[in-house]
Amino acid sequence: MSLFRLFRPRATAPVARERLQILLSHERVAVGPRDLVAILRDDLLATIRRHVEIDPEKLTVKMDRAAAYSTLEIDVEIPCDTVALAAPGGSEVPQATAA
Amino acid sequence: MSKVIVVTSGKGGVGKTTSTASLGAALAREGKKVCVVDFDVGLRNLDLMLGAERRVVYDFINVAQGDAKLGQALIRDKRVETLHLLAASQTRDKDALTDSGVERVIGDLREQFDWVLCDSPAGIERGALLAMRFADEAIVVTNPEVSSVRDSDRIIGLLDARTRRAESGERMEKRLLITRFDAARSSRGEMLSVADVLDILSIPLLGIVPEDQEILRSSNVGAPITINGSASPAARAYHEAAKRLAGEAIPVAMPNDKKTFLNRLFGRRAA
Repeated sequence: MSLFRLFRPRATAPVARERLQILLSHERVAVGPRDLVAILRDDLLATIRRHVEIDPEKLTVKMDRAAAYSTLEIDVEIPCDTVALAAPGGSEVPQATAA
Repeated sequence: MSKVIVVTSGKGGVGKTTSTASLGAALAREGKKVCVVDFDVGLRNLDLMLGAERRVVYDFINVAQGDAKLGQALIRDKRVETLHLLAASQTRDKDALTDSGVERVIGDLREQFDWVLCDSPAGIERGALLAMRFADEAIVVTNPEVSSVRDSDRIIGLLDARTRRAESGERMEKRLLITRFDAARSSRGEMLSVADVLDILSIPLLGIVPEDQEILRSSNVGAPITINGSASPAARAYHEAAKRLAGEAIPVAMPNDKKTFLNRLFGRRAA
């Protein structure tokens, strides 16, 4: 325990983290759909790999923009020997947002 | 077999050139043929980091424009004979590098070397885009600090959009090298943690290079920290990162926050 703990300013790293998260969530969308898809792809890959080891080439992320709505299509192929899933072939998660 | 890697960051001063020289030297010491290429036209510094500043005769632009042969421009390191440097031009206009010229030189380097490490200039202008354009993989150098993390995020976006690989629908592999990390400050909540930076940028980690006084000493004398026999924490971090780059599965050790009794007592002053 530091003698100076009482006089020390509060931790600033959490502030930095929060500012960055807010800022980047805006900037990533502003940069355009192509970058967004790549970012989502990397994020998804990292998330999935925390639980199941998958081939990076077996994850596809597609975004289609139409006049009224956009769709995000995620297709993941998981090797059947790693986990006993009901449908190891893949799954699609369409998500509609108002344009 | 040959691999072209861009070392990039967006922000200047985070350690791109130091990291290029240190990783290049570490790979070369393992017996691999390595060429480090300076893309920073007008502000070259990789020659200084390698102690080769007085040996530059021909540069990248001379080769790209056909005024010199590649073999004439390559400078072989005197300490590690498998390490070579292709210097940037210090006098020419930075628009002298063209897409086709860079492509041809990178193609020629691929035939001669196991590893080609491209040291990108800072920024997101032409020079930085050319440095990443023909690379197979990227190393994103980031300091645990807001402006560096933000700029790295921007560079990651460009790597996914403006490289030859990305344009042909292939995956551009990117790995994060966190430099100037201070475990003590991070543990006190004064610096973003490794987990914070990884969470925000979400690309795999290549290594964590701790803040280390040895880095300045090595640049003073033009001997990369991985050549000069240093056993300092930064040297170890670069050696391990180079091994990971070459495919070895070495877990990334978190730099520990060594606290002596006095450090603990005067925690703030020990930073």
